[in-house]
Amino acid sequence: MTNVIEMLRDSAERFPENTAFADPEKSVTFGKLYDVVQRIATLLLKGEASVPFEAESGVGFYMEKSVDAVCAMLGVVRAGGFYSFIDVRQPMERAGAVISVLEPVIIITDDENKDTLKQTLTAMENSNAAKALNSPYYILNSRKLISPQIILVSDLMKLAEGCEIDEGLLEFSKTVAYDTMPLYVNFTSGSTGTPKGVAVGHRSVIDFITEFTEVFGIDERDVLANQAPFDFDVSVKDIYSGLLTGARVQLIPRDYFSSPSVLMDYLTDNEVTTLIWAVSAMCFVSIMNGLEYRLPDKINKIMFSGEVMPVKHLNKWRSFLPDATYVNLYGPTEITCNCTYYILDREFAKDEAIPAGMPFANEKVFLLDDEDKLVFDAHVEGEICVGGSCLALGYYKDKEKTDQVFVQNPLNNRFHERIYRTGDLGKYDEDGNLIYTTRKDFQIKHMGQRIELGEIEVSAMSVDGVTRACCIYDQKKQKILLYYTGEAEKKAVTESLQRKLPQYMIPGKTEQLDEMPMNKNGKIDRGALASRK
Amino acid sequence: MEELIKILEDVRDDVDFANTKDLIDGKVLTSFDIIQLISTLDDEYDISIPAAEIVPANFNSAEAIYALVQRLQG
Repeated sequence: MTNVIEMLRDSAERFPENTAFADPEKSVTFGKLYDVVQRIATLLLKGEASVPFEAESGVGFYMEKSVDAVCAMLGVVRAGGFYSFIDVRQPMERAGAVISVLEPVIIITDDENKDTLKQTLTAMENSNAAKALNSPYYILNSRKLISPQIILVSDLMKLAEGCEIDEGLLEFSKTVAYDTMPLYVNFTSGSTGTPKGVAVGHRSVIDFITEFTEVFGIDERDVLANQAPFDFDVSVKDIYSGLLTGARVQLIPRDYFSSPSVLMDYLTDNEVTTLIWAVSAMCFVSIMNGLEYRLPDKINKIMFSGEVMPVKHLNKWRSFLPDATYVNLYGPTEITCNCTYYILDREFAKDEAIPAGMPFANEKVFLLDDEDKLVFDAHVEGEICVGGSCLALGYYKDKEKTDQVFVQNPLNNRFHERIYRTGDLGKYDEDGNLIYTTRKDFQIKHMGQRIELGEIEVSAMSVDGVTRACCIYDQKKQKILLYYTGEAEKKAVTESLQRKLPQYMIPGKTEQLDEMPMNKNGKIDRGALASRK
Repeated sequence: MEELIKILEDVRDDVDFANTKDLIDGKVLTSFDIIQLISTLDDEYDISIPAAEIVPANFNSAEAIYALVQRLQG
């Protein structure tokens, strides 16, 4: 297999009548999905719905996930392009920053979000006009900024209905395809203030999903309850496990994670069997007493990732669903979903860490110490490094950042071997299981979101009247604390941050200081700040 | 009530809890805030809020939250 569309084509042949994707309003069978995807791809390649579409073209999606969104995004992939979901909840300024990096040829949106998108693009054009000369969006001849074309997903679906599949054209598009071309770009917080886009290719997803579905025995009888928004790579496991095995992917709207009774009814009524969820979502159900309200008792596989799972909440799940298989998954987006897994085979005490476990097949996972020497022994900490086909293609249009962390394996002087340095620290237990310990930099996980504290600091420092800013994370209270100096009012700082950053990055507490505590190296003394609270 | 406002401010210090009446409907609180709030309420008041009670009407204002806590304590 060299293209993820082959997963869909095969499942459409084997299970044409099975439901592939469903949301509360709509569902689509594998047969119909493949048909629609071919039509959308034809439309795109012919340039009937849009600007002429070429292989490796990027398409942005500015909308919440839905069955139609899945059809459109796979249509883009079938046409040789790649997709990137842009979080619609983030402030316009940040969405604009994402779009500036992505430079999509098309952005697909819906009625609900199109106005915000247009405003975002207008604001971008105005602020970009000055730097436009260096941008590929600017065509010198016409002296005109080219904006991405906006297409409503409903229009695209209508056009696709009336479009004949052009087999010849689609066949031709395959001849220029290759398995290391990008499939999606996921944006994540960047320490210098600009979000960075992790580009992942077909090969990595095919490699990982084939192994993932086999290890955990996912098949066409399964119903995967998709919790993760599509701009998170947790959703990649749902989408492509479904496409590969013929399982149904039941999309859960974001709003359901504010009303536990609606969520639990949805999971139960749709006979969900498998949860591949963020730890924060698992905790949501447990804190909200969702399992007491109604038990989705068909669930037999529960896999979680993103943060260290609190044993207290895990135990609650286990008491309600004792026969399900529980799996801890570990890995950053840059290595395509996960690189290690641990199937829970015993009880854990409340203060015990659940291991990240053992590598998936075809993934090389190892620890390097401070001197880049391989760590063998148990209980010795090192940086978790990963190699293999799972590695992302790098950060989109950012060679500098890519080169910092996607590097030649320092242990290998014989041939070119690219590895990813995760920045996560870990160690082995006696059984050789990997245990995640902490970060070596200022990246945090807060409420399931990966955040660079530096991005918040840069935003705070750009507020008028702020001279210095420093963020620390209170792990125990799960709270981001911002300290700043300067004459700016606290309210003004918070309001400014709310215009620039997504809600989950807004500090839970902001404090103005007369002076920033410094250590003897002239750096901000984070320890002193941490002990203030 | 004052104690509750303090607890609320500890969850989010940028919201005027005394006067806001649409904390949920107005999307002032995110689902993350609600989770944090509910675990804090559980601990502080030694209650367990059933899923069926976790509806916007019970969380739209400090008064509504106060009434819910009192009902569950009673």
